[in-house]
Amino acid sequence: MATTTTPTRGTEEPPRHDDERAPDEDSRHLTSPLLLTLVLLTAVMFQDPVRRALAAPVMQSWMTVFVAVVLQALPFLVLGVLLSAAIAVFVPPSFFARALPKRPALAVPVAGAAGAVLPGCECASVPVAGALVRRGVAPAAALAFLLSAPAINPIVLTATAVAFPGNPEMVLARFVASLLVACAMGWLWQRLGRADWLRPPARSSYEGQGRGVAFWGSVRHDVMHAGGFLVVGAMAAATLKSVVPGEWLRAAAGNPVLSVLALAALAVLLSICSEADAFVAASLTQFSLTARLTFLVVGPMIDLKLFAMQAGTFGRTFALRFAPATFALAVLVSAVTGAVLL
Amino acid sequence: MKPEKPLEPEKPLESEKPAKSRLNHQAQAALLFLLGATVLHAGLTDLHLRYVKSGLRPLLLLSGAVLIAAAAATVWYEWRRRPHSGHLGEPHREPRVSWLLTLPLFALILVAPPALGSYSANHTGTALTKPLGYPDLPDKGPLRLGVGEYAARAVYDHGRHLRGRPISITGFVALDGTGAPYLVRMSLNCCAADAQPVKIALTGEVPPVLQPDTWLEITGTYTPRRTKDPVNDGPVPYFRITHAKPVPAPSDPYDDAWNG
Repeated sequence: MATTTTPTRGTEEPPRHDDERAPDEDSRHLTSPLLLTLVLLTAVMFQDPVRRALAAPVMQSWMTVFVAVVLQALPFLVLGVLLSAAIAVFVPPSFFARALPKRPALAVPVAGAAGAVLPGCECASVPVAGALVRRGVAPAAALAFLLSAPAINPIVLTATAVAFPGNPEMVLARFVASLLVACAMGWLWQRLGRADWLRPPARSSYEGQGRGVAFWGSVRHDVMHAGGFLVVGAMAAATLKSVVPGEWLRAAAGNPVLSVLALAALAVLLSICSEADAFVAASLTQFSLTARLTFLVVGPMIDLKLFAMQAGTFGRTFALRFAPATFALAVLVSAVTGAVLL
Repeated sequence: MKPEKPLEPEKPLESEKPAKSRLNHQAQAALLFLLGATVLHAGLTDLHLRYVKSGLRPLLLLSGAVLIAAAAATVWYEWRRRPHSGHLGEPHREPRVSWLLTLPLFALILVAPPALGSYSANHTGTALTKPLGYPDLPDKGPLRLGVGEYAARAVYDHGRHLRGRPISITGFVALDGTGAPYLVRMSLNCCAADAQPVKIALTGEVPPVLQPDTWLEITGTYTPRRTKDPVNDGPVPYFRITHAKPVPAPSDPYDDAWNG
């Protein structure tokens, strides 16, 4: 057994033995631009068979939704990535130490309320929260920001008001419930969370480099990283959108408990941008207002696309614990808020 | 005065590590550039209208430009980077998941899937909702209405301004499970992922052979007859056709007038 362990250890991640690893690494990396060219050329060569294979209506509708989710989210992802790079490069860590209260218990609600100023959807908030953690903000506060920003910013609240013209209380309920869940998750993380669940964001600091290098390096890294996970989420959302039949929803709408759970699950599966989900919720007229509020609170906090992006930014260990807790809490809080306000 | 020594760093012993990361970054730069160029292409042509609302166009163009700038900056800094400082920035491997970014490229450049059509329309219930108000229509003469506007006025306004005058509507054909014809327009709130159809059932001089997804301009009159959507029991008004002619698909295949 001792003979087998030595070579495997050697091939894994030896921190020092760069000389031994270099040829192997080099050949792998030398191929990456070549591989890209080959993949692109092959795809161009075989475009006719590929197109024929994709001609079935299900596949076409799948691809349309897939492309649509990616195109819709990309500008907001780029916005978030630029903002996150700006935070990482131009804002000194001491700024956050001064701006946020010293005690994490107080920093959580302040950071949660600060989410109101990031005008974007959830794709933007993941890289920004990652940058906040790297800049030394307490994870509990950064997570509160991550959850509240996509739900309570002015654009999203305006969209909600437009989508529910007859029910202005929906806007208030959405704001209150989202902020409550964000703060509660922040406090929960502060009490129960362990630092080793949170993978230190996979990037060294940019100290010692020019600002331009650091800024564009951060942009490139974040787009490649979060963009890849965005594609994963878009594929999942497209699959569900073109496969799940609408009749299932009707069956669920009759039962008050089931309808809340069904719309919560639907919010996770559909992964709709938080700027658009109010309109979708408004069209689900078979469901009660409380069920639709659940849809609006759960969706921006946790969905397939977000889960993939959170796992990519903070690590899978974190995402596997954080996502179910967020989901449960969001459902609970929106049911209570709906009972009180709606 | 000679700060740059472009050839010196290429010595094999010195440049092993930076060469690795440089190539690595080159692939990423190529991917970023292609992605940015594709987004710009979709934004500059009508292609984006198949997937997202027209209001997103400035943001699409902006993000395409930023992606290309990021690609250019990556190449520029790689080119200027000195071998001895080369290892500072990127101790980690390029994440494998980034390769998935090639998928939307293929989908957009090679396939360019069409706007949602009759398949989605048949699987989603009509999304007709009561509008806030009804803008004034001309008192007399022929009318040109959108699918959503006709359906909303017919169902919720009892066809007040529609009676006894010729109306023309443009939309695509969908046939439900029993072969009954509908004229449909999908409406977007944000992107095709939340697209929902508004349907009008057809009666009168319906063309004998109808292919799903054909775009038609139908002319005819209001009729108070209604039916229910088989998917969600939503209200679907009828329309009595007197004349139908095929038309090319409009540049913006979606309809967003009905919900303001």
